[in-house]
Amino acid sequence: MTAGATQEATPGTTLSEVLAALDTVRDPEIDEPVTSLGFVSACTLADDGTARVRLRLPTYFCAPNFAFLMVADAYDAVVAVPGVRAAEVVLEDHFAAEAINGGVAARAGFADSFVGLAEGELDELRTGFVRKAVLAGTDRVCRPLIAEGRTPEELASLRLGDVPPTADRERLRARRAELGLPASDDAPLLVDPTTGEPVGTEALPKHLARSRLTRVNLEANGGICRGMLQHRYGTRGEGQRDDMDEMEEVR
Amino acid sequence: MYEKDGNKYFVVDSHMHYWDASPQNWVAGQEQYAKGWIECFHAYQGLGPPETHWSIEHFQKYSEDDLMKDVFEDGYVDVAVFQPTYLKEWYADGFNTTERNGALSEKHPGKFIVNTRWDPREGSKGLEELAANVERWGSIGVKLYTAEWRDGSRGWTLKDPEAYEYLQKCQELGIKNIHVHKGPTIWPLDKDAFDVSDVDHAATDFPELNFIVEHVGLPRIEDFCFMATQEPNVYAGLSVVIGGFMHARPKFFAKVMGELLFWVGEDKMTFGSDYGIWEPKWQVEGFVDWDYPSEEFSDYPRVNTDTKRKILGLNAAKLYGIEVPEECRLSGEGTPAAQDDAALVTEGATV
Repeated sequence: MTAGATQEATPGTTLSEVLAALDTVRDPEIDEPVTSLGFVSACTLADDGTARVRLRLPTYFCAPNFAFLMVADAYDAVVAVPGVRAAEVVLEDHFAAEAINGGVAARAGFADSFVGLAEGELDELRTGFVRKAVLAGTDRVCRPLIAEGRTPEELASLRLGDVPPTADRERLRARRAELGLPASDDAPLLVDPTTGEPVGTEALPKHLARSRLTRVNLEANGGICRGMLQHRYGTRGEGQRDDMDEMEEVR
Repeated sequence: MYEKDGNKYFVVDSHMHYWDASPQNWVAGQEQYAKGWIECFHAYQGLGPPETHWSIEHFQKYSEDDLMKDVFEDGYVDVAVFQPTYLKEWYADGFNTTERNGALSEKHPGKFIVNTRWDPREGSKGLEELAANVERWGSIGVKLYTAEWRDGSRGWTLKDPEAYEYLQKCQELGIKNIHVHKGPTIWPLDKDAFDVSDVDHAATDFPELNFIVEHVGLPRIEDFCFMATQEPNVYAGLSVVIGGFMHARPKFFAKVMGELLFWVGEDKMTFGSDYGIWEPKWQVEGFVDWDYPSEEFSDYPRVNTDTKRKILGLNAAKLYGIEVPEECRLSGEGTPAAQDDAALVTEGATV
């Protein structure tokens, strides 16, 4: 069904579609869906087409700018689900919850929601995080290739379409596209996350070392957040998943 | 001192606290922040082994006896460095002030090093207070919170001209060690509180000072590592790294340690328990037993007894001029806290 096809009812729209929409909302810093991180404490869809989402975070003092982004993105994602007629997205147990919830409900920007307290630097921050996600994604795609014995020269000559069509590759492609970087099958596998220029053989060891470090940082932060959230609530969120990497190989 | 398998480790806890976050100390009208703050700290404790968890009441205010037992008697620590955190907007007598720490230190000579703090927004009055604290408590280190909000200001950076005045004053007063909090934030921010580029500038312009980045820039370890690799006088403060990861996320711990050893190097990493968030006992025992869990980590620098000696105590002992007993010194070659041993991997990094 298409948006606006039916206005009085929501035939066909299911809760799972709303949850799927929330799967597209990422913690900007960790580059993981709010669902898998356990941040969605409740999600309901009423008969009248109103979706109600409650979000929670690992601490009372989690950075309010990122919290704002997640609440606003969740609102946008949920309200765009065909058949959802209204959305209420509420952040709970956070020192700035009132300002954030009010700002998002009023469709005001972050700076407007924290009058006199905040400056509009969020887009820049978000772009910086996506560049890091590109580096982390590069490590995810390249590590198996290096393990197979591919040489730096080979990696530098590969195109995105040359590597196995894994979820990691598509995630990398999506982040590159988001930044306007080359993302087609013909594009080089390794590009500078700022300029989009191909990474040459000489610069490649450092590029890969940075990529690995960036991925370690992102995943370690996700690990800390999961641990804190678990301690704070002790309950599973909607669509929550464990950090499988950690679970598989250590436990 | 800790001994295992015939090896002796001199332990300097370079980042710990003695706070009072009990409800009696909450500022009226600010209770939600005072409560939220200590609950947030308490949640971090949840990342340690279950048998080391405290009730929230105990966590809000532990006693002098608790501290002496947990840190020195049970925790193997030889010398502990107090790092103050004031937070007077929320806690009437402060959360963890130089005076509170200093009073305890005076009762136990030789056990503590009392660091103080400054904030460049306090102008000439702050400079006087800094000088007075150095004279009163003999401080040779400070703890700084660049992200702290104050009277409409949303934080400051070490690059600010006012901060340079304070750094110059530190040199005049004989302060050697600048611990900069670059980690989980202390107060709402719109600016990027985790930005570490200001440390880069200050470290270049004040080569005689040591800059210890506490919590290694979490959640921006990569930015910290890129910066630290270029600055010989920048160190990695491991508070939160061992406490937050070693038990709760062992694989990530191995990776984070591997990256720090690769980019920053074992001469430039210092142990801090972050007590009372985590007790030092399990951290020291676990770290001495620690090694990479599998072959998957073979790309990272190896760790041996001397690596652990440096990280647990010898590096910080060097920074603070603490005498180390003969039997706890390095068994092999090497100099703890050696600036010129920084791994300048900007050229020819390998993976």
